[in-house]
Amino acid sequence: MKIIVPVKQVPESSNVKMDPETGTVIRSGVETVVNPLDFYALETALRLKEQYGGTVTVLSMGPSQALKALKEAVAMGCDEAILVSDRKFCGADTWSTSYTLAQAVKKIGGYDLIITGERATDGDTAQVGPGIASWLDIPVATYVAKIEEVTDSRIVLERLVEDGYQILSVTLPCLISVVKEIASPRLPTLRGKIYARQLHIPVFSTENMELEPTALGLKGSPTRVVKIETPKVTRGGRVVKAGDDEGVLSAVDQLMAFLEAKDIV
Amino acid sequence: MSSVWIIAEQHDGHLKDVSFELLSRGRKLADRLESRLAAVLIGDKVSETAMEELVQRGADEVYSIQDPRLENFVCESYARVLTGLIKSYRPCIILAAATSSGRTLMPYLAIKANTGLTADCTELDIEEGTGNLLQTRPAIGGNIMATIKTPDHRPQMATVRPKSSRPLQKDSSRAGKIISIPVTDDMLDPRVAVLGYRKDVTDFVNLEEADIVVAGGRGLKKGENFTMIRTLADSLGGVVGASREAVDRGWIGYPHQIGLSGKTISPKLYIGIGISGSIQHLAGIKTSEIIISVNSDPEANLHKIADFGIVGDAFQVIPEIQRRLDQRRKGGAE
Ligand SMILES: Cc1cc2nc3c(=O)[nH]c(=O)nc-3n(C[C@H](O)[C@H](O)[C@H](O)COP(=O)(O)OP(=O)(O)OC[C@H]3O[C@@H](n4cnc5c(N)ncnc54)[C@H](O)[C@@H]3O)c2cc1C
Ligand SMILES: Nc1ncnc2c1ncn2[C@@H]1O[C@H](COP(=O)(O)O)[C@@H](O)[C@H]1O
Repeated sequence: MKIIVPVKQVPESSNVKMDPETGTVIRSGVETVVNPLDFYALETALRLKEQYGGTVTVLSMGPSQALKALKEAVAMGCDEAILVSDRKFCGADTWSTSYTLAQAVKKIGGYDLIITGERATDGDTAQVGPGIASWLDIPVATYVAKIEEVTDSRIVLERLVEDGYQILSVTLPCLISVVKEIASPRLPTLRGKIYARQLHIPVFSTENMELEPTALGLKGSPTRVVKIETPKVTRGGRVVKAGDDEGVLSAVDQLMAFLEAKDIV
Repeated sequence: MSSVWIIAEQHDGHLKDVSFELLSRGRKLADRLESRLAAVLIGDKVSETAMEELVQRGADEVYSIQDPRLENFVCESYARVLTGLIKSYRPCIILAAATSSGRTLMPYLAIKANTGLTADCTELDIEEGTGNLLQTRPAIGGNIMATIKTPDHRPQMATVRPKSSRPLQKDSSRAGKIISIPVTDDMLDPRVAVLGYRKDVTDFVNLEEADIVVAGGRGLKKGENFTMIRTLADSLGGVVGASREAVDRGWIGYPHQIGLSGKTISPKLYIGIGISGSIQHLAGIKTSEIIISVNSDPEANLHKIADFGIVGDAFQVIPEIQRRLDQRRKGGAE
């Protein structure tokens, strides 16, 4: 089985701090990491490979820093990595990103399954996975929490939906996006790290890919960001100390009055 | 002026509330544009009464696509149905809910319809002059709000976060047309088969659509203490959420997790108990209307963004709140 896992490089968010004065995100010195939700996709792919045989190819579109993300993925046990990178891809929205990644997948060819993360923690759209599937005209199953079985032609899986699980049987090739519940990601191994260090990572660009020039980057994107605002950090709320028993009573008194004023109780 | 569409959601033939929220959004936009509002309803055996309710809550037209093979959400088939409808009727705007199905269908459909899509919007407006749809959404863990438009492609497509708007009251004097669209085999994608549905009654919560969410974190010390949270949520008519720490410790299931790697919610009221308010957790709750925090640490981050915070021991404070609620209920029953 040939599996492709697209991963995104995102700003490391556990370090995201807000400037209390301006209410803006402090971005300076923020490291980039593999989108944390993509580790579940990588783990799922590696487990399927262990169970059914085959290869895992990891794919990332972004500037050359994304090589770091690719190497990290390879160190976990992936076989191949491809960087999709070109200045002309800059500023792509999810329409253009999924187009470019779909063209990269076509160039790789011969795949059975594509596995993405649920969403990227920076853009947070969850649109790129279904977008790639749509461009490739293959079926998509999102929010996959469990894979029951994979046969030569189908995959049977459970999707986590609002009030339960939907069980689907989908023909291959297809694309799935996975949620955290599916598996806990492994750590990179020393052997993997050594393999990653010496692995040649090909770069796909406008030079060697078949691409419609009008579909690329900011220019090729149907959507435009017109404004960015930072919402208020504090709501000017009230904090009361409960302290001793009497303090608890008085704090809860005040809370009940607050809830009453808001029409909740 | 071409119409504004909303994609209504149903389950087992019953309309979901989020359909009415979308109608109230769509109504405002259609009025601004002086155009018509249509609801598209794909499913099976949805009653005439339910379709009329879509009209009473704002739709001028309902496109009804009913077939046993469309009973359950299947992205590819629903997208085929909609691609056909878009070609015939050319709507200017399509709104769907940012639910597990809306967030799958819309990106798949947007590619087929060759247009842009904005995810998880909390505000929608019409730009003066151009009539473009202005789509505002939180990004980077809710730390910024980005406003996005789709200037040159039609339809303009957006998913809207559940609970971010209130449904309109039913108005039985409203009239509208119900248009049945026949289903043909080519609308059904044979590559996907729905084998079943597993409803997990013990551990399932529709967090995204709840009005009130009571969430517990590591401060609860152990899993059994979630009973206290469940009881409080029940008395308030809400559901139970959790921080990742609580989920990772196995105190409660993953479907309850709120935050960056869990669910994003916009309830009327969120109560966080024994939750520090990490940036990842806040990412999931920032658009809540009211935030209440109960935490023994006066410096806890959640206190900083709360509308009302109690610095205190959850094991003292929560039982006291519970006692008051129980008292009131008894009082009310007399
Ligand atoms: C990539 C990534 C994704 C993540 N995604 C998520 C996510 O989706 N959701 C999420 O929640 N987290 C997420 N996290 C984890 C996040 O960083 C925090 O670790 C987590 O939110 C902390 O959970 P907590 O507030 O329950 O625990 P803690 O931070 O340990 O806070 C416990 C709080 O309880 C208080 N407390 C202790 N005893 C009592 C008492 N008796 N009464 C009252 N208060 C008490 C303490 O003062 C403390 O503030 C993510 C992290 C990463 C790196
Ligand atoms: N630039 C990218 N390169 C590779 N994969 C990506 C990229 N952007 C998004 N993805 C994949 O698509 C998923 C959803 O991302 P998003 O739609 O941006 O929330 C991610 O978890 C990745 O698996």
